[in-house]
Amino acid sequence: MLEARNLSVAVDDETFLDDISFTAEPGRIYVLMGRTGAGKTSLMRAIGGLLPLDQGSLHFEGEDITHMPVWKRDAAMVYQQFINYPNKTVRENIEFPLKKAGLKGAELSARVEDYLAKVGLTEFAKRKPSQLSGGQQQRVALARSLARHTRILMLDEPLMNLDFKLREQLREEFLGLFSGESDVVTLYATTEITEAMMLGYELIVMHEGRILQSGAPAEVFEQPKNIQVAQIVNDPPMTVIDGRISDRHLVFASGYKIPTPPHLVALGDGSYQFGIRANDIRPVSAGGESGSIGFVEVSGSETVVYLMAESGELVLLLEGIHDYEAGQSLRADIDPDRVFAFDKGGDLLIAPGMKVA
Amino acid sequence: MVIKRILATLFVTLWSVFVLLPLLWALVTSFKPPEAVNFGATYLPFVEFTPNLDGWSAIFGGGGATTNLVPPLFNSVAITFGAAAISLVLGTVTSYGLSRFRYKAGFIKNQDIVFFFISQRIMPPIVLSFPFFLMLRNLGLLDTRSGLILVSIAGLLPIVVWLMVDFFNGIPKELDEMAMLEGYSPFEVFGRVILPLMAPGLTVAGMFAVIFGWNDFFYPLVLTFGQIVTLPVAIVSLNATITPYWTLSAAAIFAILPLIAFAFAIERFLSKGSLSGAVR
Repeated sequence: MLEARNLSVAVDDETFLDDISFTAEPGRIYVLMGRTGAGKTSLMRAIGGLLPLDQGSLHFEGEDITHMPVWKRDAAMVYQQFINYPNKTVRENIEFPLKKAGLKGAELSARVEDYLAKVGLTEFAKRKPSQLSGGQQQRVALARSLARHTRILMLDEPLMNLDFKLREQLREEFLGLFSGESDVVTLYATTEITEAMMLGYELIVMHEGRILQSGAPAEVFEQPKNIQVAQIVNDPPMTVIDGRISDRHLVFASGYKIPTPPHLVALGDGSYQFGIRANDIRPVSAGGESGSIGFVEVSGSETVVYLMAESGELVLLLEGIHDYEAGQSLRADIDPDRVFAFDKGGDLLIAPGMKVA
Repeated sequence: MVIKRILATLFVTLWSVFVLLPLLWALVTSFKPPEAVNFGATYLPFVEFTPNLDGWSAIFGGGGATTNLVPPLFNSVAITFGAAAISLVLGTVTSYGLSRFRYKAGFIKNQDIVFFFISQRIMPPIVLSFPFFLMLRNLGLLDTRSGLILVSIAGLLPIVVWLMVDFFNGIPKELDEMAMLEGYSPFEVFGRVILPLMAPGLTVAGMFAVIFGWNDFFYPLVLTFGQIVTLPVAIVSLNATITPYWTLSAAAIFAILPLIAFAFAIERFLSKGSLSGAVR
């Protein structure tokens, strides 16, 4: 088990890690999620020994590894920039760390062949990394890290620089590749909730060097601890607007109101912040919030509309490609059964489907 | 596309002529008798003049000449390559450190240290000649190869550091980190991962060090008294009341032969160690 206790790192008044504590068990994938600069890479570098800690300790299987040199930690890391040894062939790239680990002869060849096959690069074994595509280069980096059978495996946004199709393909392959690594603690950093949901045993949400929330990915997604977590795990971002509950109605800042949904009845009258996921807001011809479209984003088979309404900015995620234009007027309605309620400080009070004591 | 290629070929041809013509001129002159040099311009051997080996013979002590350029050649080779090798070793580890670690002493940071190194070259040699003289005298190294190597290192090290820091900066630090994570200690990372990628940098820095060291005239002139004579100093001493252009031409060609051989020997390393594919 990997145990991080109160890890803190600051360089030149800039905080990289702020009192990070968590435990991770072998055989599971722990997904670190957060925006760029949240501290995911710093945490991995600290675990790998590449970023000296100001405070805190690291233990692995009971052994204190806080001050252990990098080269003795038995940790592997796959960077988002596909780092490989440019002067070595694919085979030599995979062999290089294995030779250092003491493998030779038939055992070395067998291990290399095994992982070349696992990442589908057997026929490219004699090529140099520069003669491979981006996806293939990342597979080399992956094979090199996996083949060593280290105790700690860290993958820092390994799919970040790949195109959409390749990301989908490798994401599926990851599950197969990691499934055999039952004695390895795997940390996987990403900014995408899809990846977190697909791969993660536990999701650790980070922001500005701190852990905001951790738990099963579905649990974190369905019950984000606060607005910050909700914004990080939702893409497109969750709409958060001020409002109040009054006379059995949710009343938004614009004056638009809807009957209080059953899951929010337990909340008393008062001011709140309401969160609505982008796919729970729909365009309507009458009623709802009205506003003018600020920005339209078409991605793949979906359209994201940013609507400047009187209550605030509403983000709509619509299936299919729609020909909305910036400046156009639009009315949108909210699915009341999918509204999250947060207090004025941003902490979650009630989420849809949440049991309230 | 075709026009572009024609223009490129034309440019390369003209440039080659521009570079090679002086060498050809010196080579032809080295085989001329005095009258072919002194009485009007002549270009074509066997047509305009009858070539002879007097010029070449004179630089090896033939024909009653008092100078033999072979011992100075050995001195130059020993001093230049000795100083270049030591500068390359010291400069490589220095620039690796400056590229990979952050140094800070008050307002002085890495870039200032690099500038400090190269600023040593800004000073005219004559300014340093007296301190060097006193230093070598106190060390008992005046008029010795070791003394000249020491002084030459002081001049070559800044060039090597200045060039190599940029080459090291071009290799992503993540490569060092990754190798360390893969079990290699910092020294192993330097020797087994980074240095093999530095072939072009080492070649360029080595070439510069050798060229600067080889052509150094001033320090070998003022820090020696006849015991140790380097090639540039020996060539200048060939000059007499009548300038023997044929001998000087032969000496010039003779003096650049080792450099040409050296350039051909290391040229292939320039293309080695390409960094493409290291990081994408």
